[in-house]
Amino acid sequence: MNSPAQQGHHIVKAFSEELEQLSASVATMGGLAESMISDSIDAIVTRDSDLALDVVERDKRIDALQRDVERQIIRLLALRQPLAWDLRVCIAALKISADLERVGDLAKNIARRTRALNEVEPLALAKSVERMGRLVQGHLHEVLDAYVSGEIAGAVGVWERDDDVDEHYNALFRELLTCMAGDARLIGPGTHLLFIAKNLERVGDHATNIAELVHYAVTGSELTAERPKGTPLEDPAS
Amino acid sequence: MADAAAPNSSTLYHPVRIDQPVKVAAAGVEVFYADKQALHGINLNIHDRSVTAFIGPSGCGKSTFLRCINRMNDTIDTARVFGSIRIDDEEINDRGVDPVLLRARVGMVFQKPNPFPKSIYDNVAYGPRIHGLASGKDELDAVVETSLKKAGLWDEVADRLDQPGNSLSGGQQQRLVIARAIAVNPEVILMDEPCSALDPIATARIEELIDELRENYCLIIVTHSMAQAARVSQMTAFFHLGHLVEYGPTEEIFTNPRDRRTQDYITGRFG
Repeated sequence: MNSPAQQGHHIVKAFSEELEQLSASVATMGGLAESMISDSIDAIVTRDSDLALDVVERDKRIDALQRDVERQIIRLLALRQPLAWDLRVCIAALKISADLERVGDLAKNIARRTRALNEVEPLALAKSVERMGRLVQGHLHEVLDAYVSGEIAGAVGVWERDDDVDEHYNALFRELLTCMAGDARLIGPGTHLLFIAKNLERVGDHATNIAELVHYAVTGSELTAERPKGTPLEDPAS
Repeated sequence: MADAAAPNSSTLYHPVRIDQPVKVAAAGVEVFYADKQALHGINLNIHDRSVTAFIGPSGCGKSTFLRCINRMNDTIDTARVFGSIRIDDEEINDRGVDPVLLRARVGMVFQKPNPFPKSIYDNVAYGPRIHGLASGKDELDAVVETSLKKAGLWDEVADRLDQPGNSLSGGQQQRLVIARAIAVNPEVILMDEPCSALDPIATARIEELIDELRENYCLIIVTHSMAQAARVSQMTAFFHLGHLVEYGPTEEIFTNPRDRRTQDYITGRFG
């Protein structure tokens, strides 16, 4: 999110360096959050409880990174009084880091549920969850690339395609309900999968938030047009 | 000078969001110091009952433009001013306009407080006396008291009005000078870096005063402090190399400037 080539260098070099450090920290958080989502999906597919445990452990690092990002931003606001592009980059970093911290929490929750799922017979619907997970992970990856490069096209793309995630979720929700209605023994694992799907849907929402923040930081204006919505659904898990 | 009044299409104007009438309207203002052109086709509407900040690097023309508004450039032999400046639809550059009377309507406060070598009372009473704005001692006393109160200085000086104005602290002197400007019932108050010689507490007092004066006056402030412009003004104009580059609501200029030169200046980048 700091592109000296486009924005030019500050006369006070340390200011540019601090903004670059901030963006690097947010990018590190983003990389960690994305790997947590990716590995939590892998852990479902491969039924790898150790990997799931590793994802749970990684959440502490993302929390620590978020505190570090917040410290950097408070320091920048107090000591540098950023304006214009610099101000927008700071505010976006503050909010993006909060979104990424939540993504970490959701990945941790997915990993915990995966460990529980691995205790019982595999469900066929895990495949559908994997497809949805890869889609969400792709959105997260794309929006983080947009953050690093400052190219808003990728961010706008993710923002426009959030309804794909919602549709995947709605389809999966119906499948899981049908499945659980047919066999009461599947209610336990089915509920875990349902919550995993819900968590992934929320990760998609965070990716959309990040897309909006990248757009704001780069252009100074909000993405305000009404986003296309999928079919509404009565959702007890939301 | 055929194009002296030609609109300067290069200026970027944001939509105005102040619900106040235009007080000062400048059109095609150009200023030359001898052969050197200091201002190029400035078109700018300044709104009443609001604070407008002029920002820009040294030598950008912001003070020159400020000085056009009360014809202070008349006092410089080599200065020539072209174009139109209207205050309430009255052209101030018309031959019939008396610059002395104009400067009573358009007060000015400078970087360095410049009280007259007189008592606190006489500093404030001077203007009303020469302009015949008060008949009798009682009325003059009332004008002095009201002006000092409006300038937020009364409580500090009420018991020593006969002492010299320059015995006050820098911040008090600046408020005394503002009281002196207010005493002649101005409509517009120009301030050329009014806080650059003051400490943060005195600066805060002046800024609070500016905010209060906004209720009744059209204020224009030149400042090198981005933070001050952001704190006190509703509209901000960015000048660069004698051009008005960008003009709009302060909030927009400081969060989302549209011109690269504005952004480079306010964020401290190489231009």
